Amino acid sequence: MMKHENLYKYIIGIADNSLILGQRMGELCGHGPSLETDIACTNISLDLFGQVRSYYQYAAKIAGDNRTEDDIAMLRKEREYVNVLLVEQPNTDFAYIMTRHFLFDMYHYMFLQELQKSQDLTLSAIATKSIKEVSYHLRFSTDWIKRLGDGTEESHSKMQNAIDDLWTYTDELFHLTDADKAMVKAGVGVDVTKLKDTYYTKVSEILQEATLEVPESKYFQKGGKQGIHTEHMGYLLAELQYMQRAYPNMEW
Amino acid sequence: MVTEKQHIDKTLIPILERVSDPEIPVLSIIDMGVVRSAVFENNIVKVQITPTYSGCPAMDVIGDDIKKALKDAGYQSEIKLILAPAWTTDWITPRGRKALEDYGIAAPLDAEADKDVLLHGKRLVKCPQCGSTNTKLVSQFGSTACKALFKCDDCQEPFDYFKCLK
Repeated sequence: MMKHENLYKYIIGIADNSLILGQRMGELCGHGPSLETDIACTNISLDLFGQVRSYYQYAAKIAGDNRTEDDIAMLRKEREYVNVLLVEQPNTDFAYIMTRHFLFDMYHYMFLQELQKSQDLTLSAIATKSIKEVSYHLRFSTDWIKRLGDGTEESHSKMQNAIDDLWTYTDELFHLTDADKAMVKAGVGVDVTKLKDTYYTKVSEILQEATLEVPESKYFQKGGKQGIHTEHMGYLLAELQYMQRAYPNMEW
Repeated sequence: MVTEKQHIDKTLIPILERVSDPEIPVLSIIDMGVVRSAVFENNIVKVQITPTYSGCPAMDVIGDDIKKALKDAGYQSEIKLILAPAWTTDWITPRGRKALEDYGIAAPLDAEADKDVLLHGKRLVKCPQCGSTNTKLVSQFGSTACKALFKCDDCQEPFDYFKCLK
């Protein structure tokens, strides 16, 4: 067992969410519905990957076993990724893309606000840096929720479908793993359970403004934080890891 | 306590001013505010730089360019990337802001300026081509991480706006 195992797991838990969402947004490169949205989605992907590098570099330093940030990002097996199920959901259509992003951005923004107060100075520095970027992400996805929700009959129904489908993955954002609990206790981690009520209030306000119905379902999916993923994860990793697997140790 | 003040050895400023952001060649890294310190330690120049955006791909190039410029001037150097305190557009110098505008990129205003445009508030972002404030936001995200895309409704030219980051 490594010396700072809980801290390592905690960092990976934060970073994997951004890595997987960044990969999903990056998939839109050249496939966005318009040039501007294409560029926006890939810019967001770049922000997320940039943040992820800071986290994985820190995790690699803590692990102290000669693994690099690239090894951690590219060479783990599916069960070793601990991102929430929400971020791995596929780019079904633009309504799904923006809904997934919005549901995560709201959480991400609130989470980073708290992480800035972490007693771990590296994590607090990354949070302070990242939140400036994430505030732009949240603004972007919120605008689209409103435009599409309160748009045409077709855009409204597509948005409602996406919200109804992705809602089931939101509760997992607020689950604490054992490593999370240890880090909260140490004053390093964020107690996400305390963010839950505010999150749902804020999300509901925006959905209502977008004339969308807030789902009432109390059935929620979970598993990502334990490494048990949906069927989409394997395909995503196949693409993400292809180059490193086919040409080990390749660099730019 | 982290300090937001820069510590740059005076003799190094002219050298570092020759290094620019590869994506905005008119803006020196000094005017951009990414060099947080540059001091001599045992005959080695220790330089600390901070990224504008976490994923800014220019940082690696900037680090290499600093090393090269210092080497050409006869100095050994070590470059370190630091994250705290986080970069803000307030660190762009007045000379840097002017260089941006001369280059055709509108300099950052306050945090809400681009949002104001979207919400039909006050129009504040000035077109760097014709000077009109009759401009509108096309996209929050532009050609690089640090820019948003605007369009001027008077001269009809599209232009980049350096996003405000505070």
